[in-house]
Amino acid sequence: MLFTVNKSPFTTNNLSSCLEFAGDKDPILLYEDAVLGAQQGSKIESTLKTAMQKNPIYALKEDLDARGIKNIIAGIQVITYDGFVDLVEKHKVNPWL
Amino acid sequence: MEEEELVQKKMMFVMRKAPHGTIYSYEGLEVVLITAAYDQDISMAFIDDGVFVLKNDQDTTGIGIKGFMKTYFALEDYEVEKLYACNESLAERGLKKEDLIDVNIQFMNRSEIAKLMEEQEVLFPF
Repeated sequence: MLFTVNKSPFTTNNLSSCLEFAGDKDPILLYEDAVLGAQQGSKIESTLKTAMQKNPIYALKEDLDARGIKNIIAGIQVITYDGFVDLVEKHKVNPWL
Repeated sequence: MEEEELVQKKMMFVMRKAPHGTIYSYEGLEVVLITAAYDQDISMAFIDDGVFVLKNDQDTTGIGIKGFMKTYFALEDYEVEKLYACNESLAERGLKKEDLIDVNIQFMNRSEIAKLMEEQEVLFPF
């Protein structure tokens, strides 16, 4: 199941909550304000690094670019809208709004 | 007709939201520009996710919106010159001073911004 998160991890606990529910190897996609969590050196970094041992983490390039986020935590896979569509085709979607 | 006397107030715009995901930070900037036309004593404080508003290299073409970063370079022309960014908020988000746009920003700790808030007559949340 694909979990999609769109809120900033610094203002809501949506990301942490989603990680609690995600099963082994379930992909997590960060888009809109959630991509802010991909920035290196933040207080969220350790949460994402731990999560990556269990779940592949994706971040949407268009939203990263819009916010000027370039120093991305190693291991986060940057995908475009096309990649988003590919993920949605492969998985059932669980939008964690 | 009698001319109305312009009342000048000390007002702070408290920017606490990230840009683009919601319209708050864009609207906040619009209100700053409108208010500046009335010759007010304006400051803007960027705290919590609001610090992301000042992030450099924002390119919104991919998400199909215009973006409003360029307006920040024009604020000086509107005599909006007091921009405060919160040191702790930046650090928590992995941002450094050099990650922000090249405008005149004063970097302050939470306690200093809190003190400035005390001095305001009006606080606008965005």
